[in-house]
Amino acid sequence: MAGGGGGKKMRMRFSKLYTFGGRFKGTQSLRSSDQEQLLGGKGFSRVVFCNQTERHAVKPYKYRNNYVSTTKYNVLTFLPKALFEQFRRVANLYFLLAAALALTPVSPYSAASLIAPLVFVVGVSMCKEALEDWRRFRQDNEINSRKVKVHVKEGRFESKPWKKLSVGDIVRVEKDNFFPADLVLLSSSYPDGVCYVETMNLDGETNLKLKRALERTAVVDEEAEFGSFHAHIKCEDPNPNLYTFVGNLEYGEEILSLGPEQVLLRDSKLRNTTHVFGVVIFTGHETKVMQNATDPPSKRSRIERKMDSIIYFLFAVLVLISVIGSIAFGVRTKLYSPSWWYLRPDQTTIYYDPKRPGLAGLLHLITALILYGYLIPISLYVSIELVKVLQARFINNDLAMYDPETDKPAHARTSNLNEELGQVDTILSDKTGTLTCNQMEFIKCSIAGLAYGRSVTEVERATARRLGKDHLHMLQYDDSVMTPVDPGSPPDSVVAGSVGGSGIELATIGHHHHPLAPKPPPHVKGFNLKDERLMNGQWIHEPNVECIRLFFQILAVCHTAIPEVDEVTGKVTYEAESPDEAAFVVAAREFGFEFVKRTQTSVFVKEPAVGPSSGVEWTLREYKILNLLEFNSTRKRMSVVVRDEAGRILVMCKGADSIIYDRLGKEGKGFWEATKEHLAKYGDAGLRTLAIAYRQLEESEYTDWNQVFVKAKTTIGANRDELLEQAAERIEQDLFLLGATAVEDKLQKGVPETIDRLAKAGLKLWVLTGDKQETAINIGFACSLLRQGMQQLIISLDSADVKAAEDSGDKVQISKVSRASVEEQIASALRQIAQDADSDASHALIIDGKSLMYALEDGMKKQLLDLAVQCASVICCRVSPKQKAQITKLVKEGTGKTTLGIGDGANDVGMIQEADIGVGISGVEGMQAVMASDFSISQFRFLERLLIVHGHWCYKRIALMICYFFYKNITFGLTLFYFEALTSFSGQTAYNDWYMSLFNVFFTSLPVIALGVFEQDVSSRVCLQFPAVYQQGPQNMFFRWGRILGWMINGVYSSLVVFFLVMGSFGLAAFQKNGQGAGLEEVGAVMYTCIVWVVNVQVAFALSYFTVIQHAVIWGSVALWYLFLVIYGYINPVYSTTAYKVFIETLAPAPMFWLITILVAVACVLPYTVYQAYQRMFHPMDHHVIQEIHYMQKHITDPKMYKREKRKAVQKTKIGFSARVDANLSMQRAKNRYYDPTFTADVKSLRDPPASNVDLFESPLFSSFKRTV
Amino acid sequence: MNGASTSETGVVTGSPVKKESRRPKYTKFTQQELPACKPLLTPGWVISIFLIVGIIFIPIGVVSLLASNKVVQIVHRYDQTCLPANATTTKDAQLSYIQNPGTDKKCPVTLTVPKQMKSPVYVYYELDHFYQNHRRYVKSVSSAQLQGNNVSSLSDCKPEDYVNGLPITPCGLIAWSLFNDSFSFSTVSNVSVPVNKNGIAWKSDVQKKFGSNVFPKNFPNNNLTDPSGIGGANLSSSLPLDQDEDLIVWMRTAALPNFRKLWGKIEQDFQPGDTINVVILNQYNTYSFEGKKKLVLSTTSWLGGKNIFMGVAYLTIGVLCIVLALVFLLIHLRHPRPLGDPSYLSWNRKNSHGTDNLRS
Repeated sequence: MAGGGGGKKMRMRFSKLYTFGGRFKGTQSLRSSDQEQLLGGKGFSRVVFCNQTERHAVKPYKYRNNYVSTTKYNVLTFLPKALFEQFRRVANLYFLLAAALALTPVSPYSAASLIAPLVFVVGVSMCKEALEDWRRFRQDNEINSRKVKVHVKEGRFESKPWKKLSVGDIVRVEKDNFFPADLVLLSSSYPDGVCYVETMNLDGETNLKLKRALERTAVVDEEAEFGSFHAHIKCEDPNPNLYTFVGNLEYGEEILSLGPEQVLLRDSKLRNTTHVFGVVIFTGHETKVMQNATDPPSKRSRIERKMDSIIYFLFAVLVLISVIGSIAFGVRTKLYSPSWWYLRPDQTTIYYDPKRPGLAGLLHLITALILYGYLIPISLYVSIELVKVLQARFINNDLAMYDPETDKPAHARTSNLNEELGQVDTILSDKTGTLTCNQMEFIKCSIAGLAYGRSVTEVERATARRLGKDHLHMLQYDDSVMTPVDPGSPPDSVVAGSVGGSGIELATIGHHHHPLAPKPPPHVKGFNLKDERLMNGQWIHEPNVECIRLFFQILAVCHTAIPEVDEVTGKVTYEAESPDEAAFVVAAREFGFEFVKRTQTSVFVKEPAVGPSSGVEWTLREYKILNLLEFNSTRKRMSVVVRDEAGRILVMCKGADSIIYDRLGKEGKGFWEATKEHLAKYGDAGLRTLAIAYRQLEESEYTDWNQVFVKAKTTIGANRDELLEQAAERIEQDLFLLGATAVEDKLQKGVPETIDRLAKAGLKLWVLTGDKQETAINIGFACSLLRQGMQQLIISLDSADVKAAEDSGDKVQISKVSRASVEEQIASALRQIAQDADSDASHALIIDGKSLMYALEDGMKKQLLDLAVQCASVICCRVSPKQKAQITKLVKEGTGKTTLGIGDGANDVGMIQEADIGVGISGVEGMQAVMASDFSISQFRFLERLLIVHGHWCYKRIALMICYFFYKNITFGLTLFYFEALTSFSGQTAYNDWYMSLFNVFFTSLPVIALGVFEQDVSSRVCLQFPAVYQQGPQNMFFRWGRILGWMINGVYSSLVVFFLVMGSFGLAAFQKNGQGAGLEEVGAVMYTCIVWVVNVQVAFALSYFTVIQHAVIWGSVALWYLFLVIYGYINPVYSTTAYKVFIETLAPAPMFWLITILVAVACVLPYTVYQAYQRMFHPMDHHVIQEIHYMQKHITDPKMYKREKRKAVQKTKIGFSARVDANLSMQRAKNRYYDPTFTADVKSLRDPPASNVDLFESPLFSSFKRTV
Repeated sequence: MNGASTSETGVVTGSPVKKESRRPKYTKFTQQELPACKPLLTPGWVISIFLIVGIIFIPIGVVSLLASNKVVQIVHRYDQTCLPANATTTKDAQLSYIQNPGTDKKCPVTLTVPKQMKSPVYVYYELDHFYQNHRRYVKSVSSAQLQGNNVSSLSDCKPEDYVNGLPITPCGLIAWSLFNDSFSFSTVSNVSVPVNKNGIAWKSDVQKKFGSNVFPKNFPNNNLTDPSGIGGANLSSSLPLDQDEDLIVWMRTAALPNFRKLWGKIEQDFQPGDTINVVILNQYNTYSFEGKKKLVLSTTSWLGGKNIFMGVAYLTIGVLCIVLALVFLLIHLRHPRPLGDPSYLSWNRKNSHGTDNLRS
């Protein structure tokens, strides 16, 4: 897939090569000499006594057991560890300190009232931790108690749970089971001791890998024989390297060398092999996969980071007012308190000692720091955490992001980053498996100069959709020139061609299965060629029938796939290294050449017997595989040398067209011209093409060559690969071209539409792919990231001087020339963009991995980024996983904007972890990317909803929630300060201790949580209809300092209003008819009541979306306060102190109490309301206007306007198919204008294309799409 | 993780075991589609809200002011006037007068009733610069002790916790500093005016906070025993705490350093022009901290005592709201912004700002 994985793959494949060749003794003994030195030394000390587990019960051979635990804690460590985690948060530590100090007389309140909320907050977080850990524990448990067959004694095998395994055990693993630990393969159900392994969980690769036992042990393949099996293994110590292994097996007298080919790793799966026997060498956490496990980097959202600075700011305010209060306290204590005899200054404590005012002031500082702790809300973190968890649940439960095909809903794996989803600026996307399905469909072919296959490709379909029916007609015409259309079963293109203006029929071709076709043939995965000339054996009536036969035979023989016969149905499925290859074998089968069996030396194909009339007679033919010349990225071709039943020796070759062309013999070029034309057409349609050729060899010719080849293969040393390549080169000559294949790399559902909408929301999409440039460009076109008329700025190292340097082999010279070349290309690209600055031209940057190697160096990084951000689309091809991460880092740090990495394979892990947000596609490519990601979705198209709906909501919710949180705590905290000033800064509070502790926990918590969880400025549908609204997030309109300070000022204002209105209203006079005046208890309770009202009314004003829940929690909180006051008031005054019956007896009967509440509540929200009204009237934001449109029902009464605005609610975009349509239309108009001078009159209307053409989203096709998102 | 059997290629393998679908359940809640009202701050609403608030607030303000106006209140500051001529000049002179148990502290005062005062007329004393809300002071009490419970620790009450090792009841600075000026009222005709001292404290305090079987014990009756001669009232050791309403009122600490406390009720009407003779026993020391002492006689309305603050506040906000309503109305009439006018959308403003202005 990518450069980094190339080497690994190569190694694997060559091992297979030897296997097919039937010889693999050569390399084994050779390695052992240098291994001898290593083994037993440092890092290579492990000794395994096979079948003698009792010897592993004592040191030094006692290794850890196979129990695997991924939990963070256990019963004993939970408390200390979880507490430690909790108090690593600065805020919690601060509150812990405050709680500790609360036990001293310094504290302004009782210890319990300070400790209780802390216990609650920490308790909630710890419960969450415990719950998550419990889940991990259960998962571990499930894995640990899986059963495997273990040798007990005398050849008996018994089932044991995995966790009971120990090093040295002999295990028997059955087909399709996971290996319970790292094993050394001893033997398998195959006589030669090979087995196939799927390593999807390790590296994300879905292809099968071949492992083989040592010849010496492969014969021990019966259970009974293990009774007397004894051997020693000396090998390396546990390490995380998946692809290396060094060890020796001492068996009897012999010392045999072990390598990675003999090692079966935990978490990989046995495939295609009935069973294997292996000996356990690494267990539990010592297995390579567990050694590889790393914790993903913890990410924090932008908002949260900014929240930290707000907290620092507030902390500064806190310290400031504490210092002011302490100085004032010290001064007043020194100057005035000696005369306050009622405080007994003559017999005072150090806290109030007028003789030592400095010390008293200092101690007061501590008191004040605790007292004003309300400015920094203790519950903020826990509330945010809770809100995010609930938001994540909404994401998980969103039906519109559920994929019924894979039965996978979206999953927010961390809830830290929900709001970050609303601020994304650049999306970095993988291609294979993300934009495309990594499902190849054999869709067309060209044999002997004739083109077959009338299926419409995804790209053609997309193009057709965009360009309207003209193009479809053209398409149809194009095909029908070559193929007469069968009226009985209209192929796709015909239906597509019959599209009227309405677009209803267009909808139907959007589906893979053609609903209008009378009898849709059963769809075969990997095959979608529709052509009755080839199918059902009809090909025998075609001209060049022998070419066709040979073509099919090559498809059936020239590959490395493995057939798997379903025992029940008898159907054959194939396991292949790459999906392309699988598509070929499937195609061959569909054509009647069914590949049924592979042995070490032969391939068996069930094919029609010779003779045109005997199409129904099937024979099983054997093709002896003499040699297999592997595919790799430099060779770009693959060949097999076979001997067929007739004794002919054939070289069957498939490869890139240019490569094959160079190797064609003179007679072999007969079909070249026609084929070339077809190849070009396929390429345009976004298909992957390969040319198919063959050559017949004389017996002597082969023998000669085989000697060279064998010699090359047995050579040890650096030049071995080179020799092999030269040998291959010799035989792959004088080929005869048969034709070409075209395989479609299927785009995932809805990808072009999603890209279009994301672009309209102002998001930039970069594609980073390991694929080659041409493929990447093809897919770029298919996704509308590229279009005709776009300036492609290609940066690559294909220039002559670089090649020349490469030929010289001087590494210094190569890098020098390359660097200069890349630098020059970037500079010239920048110049070109500067030149085109005035025109409407848009640019696409296409850069390959090799160039990136230089471009990502420190000196050039900036220019590259400059260039890239000016381009409408960026495609990086042939990039390694590491480069993906580097590019991500460059964008993230260079632009300072939020990046989102999306991918599905192990090669995307770096990118996913590096990006601000990592999204994994839980597709077919294993779980590696998903495990590393923050969010997982099953289809690329769900990204739209994830960002534009959930991201937008979460961003606004969290932003508003945090602002409000600070507001309410400032309001509350400052009243404490004002009151303290009136108590001579003695640290006395107006409120009862428990009022204060419960402020953030009970009376104001639920509304703010409801705000964070349920608030919707506009509905999800509107979010999707007006993608431009998303830009409020990336532009951070709701969490700017201005806005935050605005809320804070509002808080300061509210605190002033609450305090002074309450104090003023009470004054000195009686507040009731019965003459009593108000004391501390009444003032405190009234002020607190006012605050509860104010902050709850304020949140009601800040909300724009009221469900029953909001009403319940807001008014419920207020009611709860009164309820609390009543109940608390009934508790013995020893505990309730100032709250004793304060409501029932003193406040409730006083009209003034109620009047003050109303007065204060109204006065406090007045400025906010005025500001809101002002803003809405004069500077309404987009969501305000949209809210109004819906409020006025204008979207129903004036649908035209609504439609128009929806269309305009997009960021100016240069990519996506809307841009493509625009470009196309203006091009066509330009043409028309050229022909029709009257057209020039209305230039403006050109820019505003008529709705019917552009408004694709209104067509039924898209409305069906819309329903799914 | 391992459940999905993915066959990469070829014919679809036999259908996997039917597993429980992970399809999220559809409910209006989980899909965030709960029916909701989405109130909008339209100009109409803004104007009506302000108008309504104004219309409600102004009458409340007026009524409050009227209520306050109805209250008749006599305030007499006596801390200076009650000093003998030789003690007024310096602080030291004031202190030596007030701290000397031998001096005559009786101080006759005549008050004139400005308007008719209907019974009950409440008698208050008012102190200022007295930090009854000081943390040291507020904490200096044992509520368990007041209720009559057995108390092991009186540490909160320090230094008024023990005297000679015996616990003080009631302990603490609050009780210790009890206000001890007293007032006796008579008419011009020297008819004594009775002052009802019952029911000046909150019922709950009397019933619960102060025990009926708790009697003052070891209470430092300062002016006799304390060498410095400072401090508050004496407490009779035969009077249970729950009957000493002066103490109960005093112990409900004030919120501000400037406070009034109810001292008694005069249950008779006074007519305008009536004079009331008051003999003040001026013995409480506010001279150390230059605190004023005032005697206040006041009637109450349904809203309490004389205080125009709330009425004014209501009026101010009411008027402000009306003004705001008018301003918004004016703006709205001058430059009406039709609701949901798409020309205000950002994408329309960016591109064609000029034409928008023309249109509007």
